[in-house]
Amino acid sequence: MNFFIVLRKELIEQWRTKRMLIVAAVLVIFGLASPLLAKVTPDLLKLIPNAPAVLAGLFPTPTVADAVSQYIKNMSQFGVLLALLMSMGSVAQEKERGTAAMLLAHPVSRFTFLLAKFVALVCTFAVSLAVAALGCWYYTLLLFKALPWGPFLALNGLMLLVFLVYVAVTLLCSTLVRTQGAAAGLAFAALIIVAGVGSLPRIDEYFPGRLFTWGGMIVLGGGDPAWAAFWISLGIITGALFIAWLVFRRQEL
Amino acid sequence: MIQIESLHKHYGAVHALDGLTMTVEPGVVFGFLGPNGAGKTTTLRILTGLARPTSGKVMVAGVDLASDGRTLSHRIGYLSEEPTFYPWLTSWEYLDMLGHLHGLDLTARTSRVKELLELVSLAEAGKRRIGGFSHGMRQRLGLAAALVHKPEVLLLDEPVSALDPSGRKEVLELIERLSGQCTILMSSHILADVERVCNVVGIISRGRMIVQSPREALMDRYAQPVFEAEGEDTAAVKRWADTVRQQNWATAVSLDGDRLRVTVSDVKRARRELLASAVTQEIALRRYEEVRPSLEDVFLQLVGKEAIQ
Repeated sequence: MNFFIVLRKELIEQWRTKRMLIVAAVLVIFGLASPLLAKVTPDLLKLIPNAPAVLAGLFPTPTVADAVSQYIKNMSQFGVLLALLMSMGSVAQEKERGTAAMLLAHPVSRFTFLLAKFVALVCTFAVSLAVAALGCWYYTLLLFKALPWGPFLALNGLMLLVFLVYVAVTLLCSTLVRTQGAAAGLAFAALIIVAGVGSLPRIDEYFPGRLFTWGGMIVLGGGDPAWAAFWISLGIITGALFIAWLVFRRQEL
Repeated sequence: MIQIESLHKHYGAVHALDGLTMTVEPGVVFGFLGPNGAGKTTTLRILTGLARPTSGKVMVAGVDLASDGRTLSHRIGYLSEEPTFYPWLTSWEYLDMLGHLHGLDLTARTSRVKELLELVSLAEAGKRRIGGFSHGMRQRLGLAAALVHKPEVLLLDEPVSALDPSGRKEVLELIERLSGQCTILMSSHILADVERVCNVVGIISRGRMIVQSPREALMDRYAQPVFEAEGEDTAAVKRWADTVRQQNWATAVSLDGDRLRVTVSDVKRARRELLASAVTQEIALRRYEEVRPSLEDVFLQLVGKEAIQ
């Protein structure tokens, strides 16, 4: 099936252009650093010369909850940023350079072309996040205590889903325009809008960012599930890919 | 093999194709000529499915582009004017991927890729990444990519325009070898190349076909005899050119420094009177000859007429 041939090409690209390595390296560094930062931050503050006594009181003895919170905070920032950076040129750059036309003159449908790009990015983020999660779990075990496997897996699954929302939306932006720079601008604008609207009270329950909070609660206990945000995230991914296909199939290369 | 009827392509107010009609018979090497912006590349992009016509009918290898365009990619090979590739793949990997997309199994692919790399003189560069290839190497790889599935129709957009003389010679020889194996539609603005490899020529201008004919028939019909001369004194040659322009048998007179080129309608009169007028005006000539008219002369004559109309 031609999908797997094009997917293989995409995965080779992810590997040889070191994109996979960059995503993995950044996520792993922050995966490892999260429990470490949670553990040592109060100690570091205590080392400040002439620090007021009240400062030490502000930072109680760190717990596993701090490690998980730090992990979620780091991943939500850098994962989303990486999703944008890795996806913004995926279609626009191929249109700009002419490689898309060279490939699509052969028996490759435009749907296959787009889907292979998305699946390759899914693989990159899934593998990188899996390694980062493993590192975070191990360091948390060393510095605090073992995190429960099932809930921690669920947290990472939800984080991956949020990353894929941004990958799909950026892929759509990359399809809409012809140059990588324009795709980047459009994707950052979309990110700002989603982040802005998603931070409004009550509305935030329906936005992908809510899944980070839900993931944290699954690991640490408490709170209500955010199924609305979950289904809406899946809907955004499907919708963005569908619109990208509708647009791309009518574009001239 | 290729039938195009009343093809229109509009980009807003610009009519890139304005009712193009042409037929390419099976097995021919069709030279698709036209000035810049005439619509050659647009036509080829429509034939490959990379662009959509505004209206008109296109049949390639018996396939109607409007109803069954997706199956067409198995039957055509396309080389764009400036072929681009994934720089992180090797040429072997790229051709192997295309062979795989066309349904060739591993054994068939291995042998086909080897054969093609040898054909385009890239056998030694097979394991090198394409990112380090020169322009000429990429052009040859593009030709190999277009041939990977042994297409019935080969569409070549300016296949040699960016190559150095030796690269051009190699690719033209390759096209000559392919002649008879598949139908070739080749656009070019290098008329000497078209004259060398194409047996049928079509001239397009402003999105319409001006003339389409076997090359020899075109030459017989439109080529007018040409005389060329080189004088020692540029000013004297210029005066002579002014005199020649007044003769009714001189259809075109061009002057390039001390070189005069005269296209004539009545060769017998020209043979008698042209040299005589040089003698009368005491023009010292280094060279004087009656030359075989080229496709370029025909092209300029036809495109010039079209521009005037």
